[in-house]
Amino acid sequence: MDISFKQVSYTYQPNGPFEYKALKDLNFTIKSGSYVAIIGHTGSGKSTLIQHLNGLLRPTKGEVKVGEYSIQANQKLENIKELRRQVGVVFQYPEHQLFEETIEKDIGFGPENFGVSQDEINKRIPEVMKAVGLSMELLERSPFDLSGGQMRRVAIAGILAMEPSVLVLDEPTAGLDPKGQQEIMNMFYDLHQRKNLTTILVTHSMEDALKYADHVIILEDGQMKIEGKPADIFVQKTELEQVQLDTPEIIQFIQDFEAKFGKKLSYHNQSIDQLAREVIAAFKEVKHDV
Amino acid sequence: MSSSLIIGQYIPNDSKVHRLDPRTKIMIIFSFIVVVFFANNLLSYAWLTLFAFGSALMTKVKLRYIAKGLTPVWFLIIFTFVLHLFVTKEGEVLFDIFGFPIYSEALIQGFFISLRFFLLILVTSLLTLTTTPIEITDAIETLLNPLKKIKFPVHELALMMSISLRFIPTLMQETDKISKAQASRGVDFRTGPIKDRIQAVVPLLVPLFVSAFKRAEELAMAMEARGYQGGEGRTKLRELKILRLDWFAILIFIITLIGLFVLRQ
Repeated sequence: MDISFKQVSYTYQPNGPFEYKALKDLNFTIKSGSYVAIIGHTGSGKSTLIQHLNGLLRPTKGEVKVGEYSIQANQKLENIKELRRQVGVVFQYPEHQLFEETIEKDIGFGPENFGVSQDEINKRIPEVMKAVGLSMELLERSPFDLSGGQMRRVAIAGILAMEPSVLVLDEPTAGLDPKGQQEIMNMFYDLHQRKNLTTILVTHSMEDALKYADHVIILEDGQMKIEGKPADIFVQKTELEQVQLDTPEIIQFIQDFEAKFGKKLSYHNQSIDQLAREVIAAFKEVKHDV
Repeated sequence: MSSSLIIGQYIPNDSKVHRLDPRTKIMIIFSFIVVVFFANNLLSYAWLTLFAFGSALMTKVKLRYIAKGLTPVWFLIIFTFVLHLFVTKEGEVLFDIFGFPIYSEALIQGFFISLRFFLLILVTSLLTLTTTPIEITDAIETLLNPLKKIKFPVHELALMMSISLRFIPTLMQETDKISKAQASRGVDFRTGPIKDRIQAVVPLLVPLFVSAFKRAEELAMAMEARGYQGGEGRTKLRELKILRLDWFAILIFIITLIGLFVLRQ
């Protein structure tokens, strides 16, 4: 589903002493099937933004369009349930939303609310358990018996079981160990490609944005600062510094390398191994020059 | 959550009322609550209203904001008035509404009682508007200190109060967060038959309790790690002090009291 924001502003507690403008005149579009990373500092409005995507918040001004659904100020959406089925949101620390007696029931909770038949749910459960890397033996256990990382996976499985066409991820790997972080990010990327999802990732990690996203939106103070292809954005060092963001390590390395040895290397989504080979090749050239 | 309700909310500001010692404020407000019931004619009510509005003005919080914050209470006040209008049957009949005779005493009584109600709520909300929860519990702890003689756990009570006050906003945030997460999973808290709506509370309450217990455990651990062992021999970072400003406020209040007893019949 195509998503577009047209002059969207959002104000918390308008006209009070605690009035706070979280979003200011946002304009952008997200193409169906793309993987978009939204980056910004704490308090830049990322979490407010994603709550507009499934109608949890309605803009104070402007219009949010998600597929055929239009979310506007003072206008109640009638088929909000259908919108929420299609837009799956994995919130920060999603394991806090677990409540059922067994993992099986918790995963089935979302689909059941959206009117999916029990047969269909039973079909989906092994699929999502496999996707998040949990063994089927756990199904009858209580979600509260699991470790933090496993609980996170159950919560994510609960969203995937809704089979959304848009997947919104709000820092899905916060607080996990490095290995778990990678597994989960790879799992989302795999799903994104396999199921042709539109994925929106809110993250602090420049590395993840560079690695997975094909479009990056940088927010600052409720406004959009920069947007474009990650490879183009992350080379703009001064602009990034203005919004207090770091350059991803790999790009930083390429830039330092170029500055030190006067040799051109370019970033084209290569792996560390590939980059190492390119560095060796570049050094060989240096030798020949001498 | 309802964001316009201001009862219990603190609004930081630099005013004389904010700077008063919380004990002074609590004592004045408690006496005011008692004294409101002594007013019995137009003049004495007007005198107390003057005091209440004077204090409200001195907090430098916008009156419009206070009035808006009391919106949910307006309903109760009007309800009290209407109830009195139809129930009291003294004095002479003034006119009829839908066959119900309205008595003159009912009008007067209804007005006075709802005014009394309004004054009580206004003045007590001034306390929470201008005093941080920590100041209030500190004040209550010192005011109740004499009860220690009869082995009343004053310090523990104050601690419990400040902890629960401290965690109200946290719990509200948590509620908001979880209800949004469950709404994203298709839970509908607002529409549908009552039975469904009651069931919709379960996915909200279970995670809320789980996190509250977890939080309590973490807090207890953190307190122990920092060597907390009850109120015995514990000193305070901010000592409460009665200053000239407090004596001045007390003087004004005494004048108000004297005025009241002169004006009432």
